[in-house]
Amino acid sequence: MEAAHCQPPPREKWLLTEELVIRPLHSGDIYASFQFRTLWDTDFMRENKVSHYRLFPKSLGQVISKFSVRELHISFTQGYWRTMQWGQPFIPSPPGAELWVWFQDSVTDVDATWKELTNVLSGIFCASLNFIDSTNTVQPSASFKPLGLGNVTDHSFLRYATLPREIVCTENLTPWKKLLPCGSKAGLAVLLKSEKLFHSSFHSQAVHIRSVCQDWQCKTTSWELRQTLNSVFDLHNSGQTKREWSLFKMFSRTLTEACPLASSSKLYIDITDNPQGEQFELSPATSLLSQAVVLGDRRTFSVYDLTQETTFGTVRSLNLLIRWKSNEGEMLRPLLHAERYVAGYGLQTGEIHTLMYNNHPYRSFPVLLLDSVPWYLRLYIHTLSVTSKGKDNKPSYIHYEPSKDRVKPHLLEMLIQLPPNSVTEVTVQFERALLKWTEYPPDPNHGFYVGSSVISSLVPSTVAMHTNSTRERPLFSSFFPCKEESSYFVRIYTEPLLVNLPTPDFSMPYNVICLTCTVVAVGYGSLYNLLTRSFQIEEPNPGLAKRIANVIRRMRGVPPL
Amino acid sequence: MAELLTLSLRERPVTVENFLRVLTGRLPPSTPRSKRLLSDDRSNILIYLTGHGGNGFLKFQDSEEISNVELADAFEQMWQKRRYNELLFIIDTCQGASMYERFYSPNIMALASSQVGEDSLSHQPDLAIGVHLMDRYTFYMLEFLEDIHPASKTNMNDLFKVCPKSQCVSTPGHRTDLFLRDPGSVLITDFFGSVRKVELTMDAINLTDPIKQMEEDPVNGEEQKEVYSYADQLPVSEIIHQKPKQKDWHPPDGFILGLWTLILLVFFKTYGIKHLKHIF
Repeated sequence: MEAAHCQPPPREKWLLTEELVIRPLHSGDIYASFQFRTLWDTDFMRENKVSHYRLFPKSLGQVISKFSVRELHISFTQGYWRTMQWGQPFIPSPPGAELWVWFQDSVTDVDATWKELTNVLSGIFCASLNFIDSTNTVQPSASFKPLGLGNVTDHSFLRYATLPREIVCTENLTPWKKLLPCGSKAGLAVLLKSEKLFHSSFHSQAVHIRSVCQDWQCKTTSWELRQTLNSVFDLHNSGQTKREWSLFKMFSRTLTEACPLASSSKLYIDITDNPQGEQFELSPATSLLSQAVVLGDRRTFSVYDLTQETTFGTVRSLNLLIRWKSNEGEMLRPLLHAERYVAGYGLQTGEIHTLMYNNHPYRSFPVLLLDSVPWYLRLYIHTLSVTSKGKDNKPSYIHYEPSKDRVKPHLLEMLIQLPPNSVTEVTVQFERALLKWTEYPPDPNHGFYVGSSVISSLVPSTVAMHTNSTRERPLFSSFFPCKEESSYFVRIYTEPLLVNLPTPDFSMPYNVICLTCTVVAVGYGSLYNLLTRSFQIEEPNPGLAKRIANVIRRMRGVPPL
Repeated sequence: MAELLTLSLRERPVTVENFLRVLTGRLPPSTPRSKRLLSDDRSNILIYLTGHGGNGFLKFQDSEEISNVELADAFEQMWQKRRYNELLFIIDTCQGASMYERFYSPNIMALASSQVGEDSLSHQPDLAIGVHLMDRYTFYMLEFLEDIHPASKTNMNDLFKVCPKSQCVSTPGHRTDLFLRDPGSVLITDFFGSVRKVELTMDAINLTDPIKQMEEDPVNGEEQKEVYSYADQLPVSEIIHQKPKQKDWHPPDGFILGLWTLILLVFFKTYGIKHLKHIF
């Protein structure tokens, strides 16, 4: 299809693409997804060190070369993605912080390199990633295959860790914005203002580094850095009465120019549900339309090209307005969707239930479930049961690594085939451990978090997916590589769990000290007294009357009383 | 070069131990630079503490306290290691003056919102949330500082007058005996702001020779005929037939049992079968 006689333009060494996709959701909310991609044709693994960084941030380049990183994915999320109401996100992420890294095969001590890498990243992103240690790091055996190029997939070079309790705030957004070539001064990044971004239902920012093909022949590679930011703005949360969204209302800014360093800067609005304009109205109108196959569906987009002067009109600024007209319309039910919760009562035992829904009417597909449970919830794997439609569903692959107290967590990976139109339930019982009293955080009654389960799956697609990965495609459709046309890869995350552990009485050390000291003082003191006291017989002192009587008797010469 | 260094530790890392480690510099080697206090003997440090406290202590995260003795010792360590030039310590807690009573290192100036035996009060509640948002001393000090611009000449004596008893209800205190300079000559901007000194010059400066761009190796298409491809995200058949790799070598099943049987047999052979009835 790619004409061999058509000469491709000479490849630039650096390439920056930025795009913003706005998808109006059926509940009246708006999903905004920013993606900034920098491509750099270089080889970090060469002996002579790279020193000229132009568009690629130097801090990340040095991290890649120092720690021999093959692929790095880090995301910070505030909020939980509601698949049933919002559909599938372009880039999925679990609540809290998540980091997974593939190292090159030249690394000899992966664990030590991992520890150093997390410390350096916690400094770059101003996050508490230094809490990642062996108690929350796992090595998945089948999930998280590399998203970039590479033929070797030895999972001993992969590490995955998640911090469900991590909070995302302006402090994390600022260093993330600093990594962009134009910063937050020009282009789409001017919209990223923290007062409005964090006033949303869902906020997720991520950095993905991997190596990709330079051209269709794929004999040479280049490094790709993708910075993505996904946000869902809630209609009711922002106090709006009319169902009307504008760039100014969402971000308190409008667009005035594209980033001068970017070769392409586009704004896409998803109008698939609005072919005749009966659902919502878009202004200013644009004639550019584009179609893309993303997440198994063919979607139509109105495109605003920010590199063209005409987009900004006479006022030199673009303030997009979306006005809702009607409330009709059903959202397409997502084919795969999952839930997780803790059942049971009391503080000793419990049960983790994971439910996976397959909403396809006649096709079944495989899912790979990855569960990483901290060591203080002792899982009883003999109670693990997987049932679909009431019958037992035996997984075709199970990998379980038991936990070691205070050293590593449980790792459970299962490949399950979900029958069509069914609910599959995975249950496992656990027992809660009593920690040492110094291991409790300052607020122990808040509970302890269990990270989200990761469900990776190849979901059947309604339209043919594009497998040619080097065709010029919008960024949001080219994140996951596609190998076959009939299905697309999707990764969904369940809710994190919050589990209460039995807490000791924290005043007991004080009580013990008091009691012991009292007992010792009273017991030992009395015993010592009894043993070492010597008794002397002493004449009692006679009373006053007797003394006077004795004096008189002595004078009379009579013996005393 | 004057630099304003701000460290941020959030939430769980804020413990007494971490705070003292950041001050004294005794951090593990893997700590990134943005979490270290990279000060030297020309740095002026401002330390501001607020929260609940009492006579001689300040609460951290509702589970531990830092005492005035610990703080004084940490400052002495900093002085010995030449980690500060001048230090301004502001504390807004109940009985805050007790926290600076024990300092003994030179060049420390301290301000507190209340004397020993007095409580520091908070300013105004937010009726929507139902909690108080700011303390009085902090509020009036912030009001005072908002009028200070980087070129201001106000000195420390004005800072001591912030929030008198009529506004603060408690009596603010200060301690300047350890400070070598006269507080009247110390500018507030020495601690609260940093102004970069810019030197203008009209002379030409010689730069070193330009770095020659390295000749790029010609695209070695001859050597690397290897075609890369993306990995399969969910290779079902590969996963099913994957054999788990055992990291540690464990002896084969039954080995331990066999070993014990052997030991028992040897024992009974040597010492006679008559011991057997004592075991079973």
